[in-house]
Amino acid sequence: MPFNLLKTRLSGLLVASLLLGACSRDGETNQTTASGSGNAGSATSITIKGSDTVLPLAQQQAERYMAKNPDASITVVGGGTGVGLAAMQEGTTDLAMASRGLKTEEKLKLKAAKIDVQEVLIAYDALSIIVHPNNKVNQLTREQLEGIFTGKIANWKEVGGADEKIVAYSRETSSGTYEFFKEHVMDKKNYANGILMMPATGSIVQSVSQTPGAIGYIGLAYETKQVKSLKVSYDQGKTFVAPSMEAAKDKSYPISRPLYFFYDATVAGRVKSFVDYILSAEGQKTVQETGYIPLG
Amino acid sequence: MKRNFHKLGEKLIEGVITASGLVTSITVLLIVFYLFKEGLGIFSQTPVAEGSLLAVNRQNQVSELSAAQVKDIFDQEITNWQEVGGANAPIKLFEIDDITAYYTEEQLGPDFAFLPQRINEVVAKDPHILAYFPDEYLAHNFPGKRIELANISLGDFLAGRQWYPTIQPAVQLGVLPLILGTLWVSLGAILIALPLGLATAIYLAEIADPKVRNFLKPVIELLAGIPSVVYGFFGLVVIVPLIQDVFGLPVGETALAGSIVLGIMALPTIISVSEDAMRTTPRAMKEASLALGANKWQTIYKVIIPYSVSGISTAAILGIGRAIGETMAVLMVTGNASVIPHTFLEPVRTIPATIAAELGEAPQGGIHYQALFALGCILFLMTLAINLTVDFVSAKKKENR
Repeated sequence: MPFNLLKTRLSGLLVASLLLGACSRDGETNQTTASGSGNAGSATSITIKGSDTVLPLAQQQAERYMAKNPDASITVVGGGTGVGLAAMQEGTTDLAMASRGLKTEEKLKLKAAKIDVQEVLIAYDALSIIVHPNNKVNQLTREQLEGIFTGKIANWKEVGGADEKIVAYSRETSSGTYEFFKEHVMDKKNYANGILMMPATGSIVQSVSQTPGAIGYIGLAYETKQVKSLKVSYDQGKTFVAPSMEAAKDKSYPISRPLYFFYDATVAGRVKSFVDYILSAEGQKTVQETGYIPLG
Repeated sequence: MKRNFHKLGEKLIEGVITASGLVTSITVLLIVFYLFKEGLGIFSQTPVAEGSLLAVNRQNQVSELSAAQVKDIFDQEITNWQEVGGANAPIKLFEIDDITAYYTEEQLGPDFAFLPQRINEVVAKDPHILAYFPDEYLAHNFPGKRIELANISLGDFLAGRQWYPTIQPAVQLGVLPLILGTLWVSLGAILIALPLGLATAIYLAEIADPKVRNFLKPVIELLAGIPSVVYGFFGLVVIVPLIQDVFGLPVGETALAGSIVLGIMALPTIISVSEDAMRTTPRAMKEASLALGANKWQTIYKVIIPYSVSGISTAAILGIGRAIGETMAVLMVTGNASVIPHTFLEPVRTIPATIAAELGEAPQGGIHYQALFALGCILFLMTLAINLTVDFVSAKKKENR
């Protein structure tokens, strides 16, 4: 049973129909603005596939772009970074969304398939480490975080807190955030066996807010007042930086990752206008509004 | 003529019914066949992802490693070859992404043409290396020694305690915590739901005023219509913090939370089936008991319950069946940590929750994908056993009459 495929297709259809609906509606009302947007004449259709982290951003961008360019039709589908890159290699998608750079392995594959890949950095995403608001601990080093999530540190008093058992929450293995955290915070070591896995970021916030000894990681955009975010140090405790839009922007906050679009140089003509829109001041404003960190 | 036409019509209808029955049965059998075909494929795979390989320098004495050892080595728990039966020397790890630390892009050649040769050099140079790379870059004159991992065996699969289906280079697929987690949560659910369900059924069947009964029965059946994700959300927001406060636990996502939510979900089945069974007690039997001077309670537990015991068992078993297969509500409240539970106050991970959470990202046909299908087979066998028990119990009921 190709459950994966079915899911992707269904969500694709859904998104497509939603977007088409939005598109035609706007098409009726915004006729005049459309002709001035420089994209008049040829109808362009673009498909975008890949990372679920980038998905909400790409959808928002696509909607706003289509509102301005009624001729364009953009379909956005999730599925994961790996799925998007594979689809781009097979030519079934124009743009691949990625929450990480290309791995050597993927570069090798793309070179073997003789695809000239273009890389566009579109935004950054940062992860905050959150704990229960009553927790005395305010900051942790990367090594301490590694210890907590690999199960070597089990009590808050080992990192300067109260005598309370640490309850670590993680995302499910299918999440790109899970992999990112493992690679960049845990030095590629594996999570402890007893870690609690939650199906969504929202559940992590809910659980951490009601569990005194809890610790978890979430995207910066999901931060709420119910939880406390910690300062993090990547230089053995010399400097601790609190997660914020500004700190992520000037790269002083260490747990952030770049988000990319990849495309085959042969389709550049079709996707260029959309990519330029995202990089424009207006597109970058959308980036900030959807909770990601804009470039520059 | 008219009669012939009638006959033709009947034949046609008969044919259509037979055909649809046949098609449905064959479809069901094919689904089961597909499930097992995919699931059993896992036992002909090694834990190393397809298309990759582990290799060491030719001088290294080690030629076999277990999946657990490989995990510990890459987690840097094992850092010396001595710990896995080799010489006393630190283990040097090499992955394909590390190649850029050894050579420049120019040395790798255009389109990575010299990569296999470069890997040869890296492996030949360092006697203590453990290299992990895609096998398409394995040169014909590879100077190293491949490390073979044993195929995943049924014993390791069922009795293993570590569930790491996505790690590289070698996955660990021990489903014992998942099986025990599923059984544990279901057992808890039935311990909660059965007494409550039975009490309600007795009340509805024998004690309640018909007016109350006519109001209560649809309300209870309404419980069955609430989507399971709503129960899950209710559980996460209400039951989980409650359990944490009441028992003073560090964490509220426990097997008990799952059991309570599942218990509530199994209640409608248990109540309606056992109530129906109790209501089939012949009036003559009840009246005979009352005529002998027994009061209402004595009649209930000496006559009605023994008479309907097989119906009650069926209700209990159907309730367990509901609990074992439930996915969404459990995924949200049990914490999903794959550890073997010792009490009800620990987090557990169940089989349906694992499949739901992981299948979306498992690459088709890979080890992880097949492992999830194998889990599906285990779940299928569990529910099959439950259904057979229901059949057995209800067959016994007919025999008794």
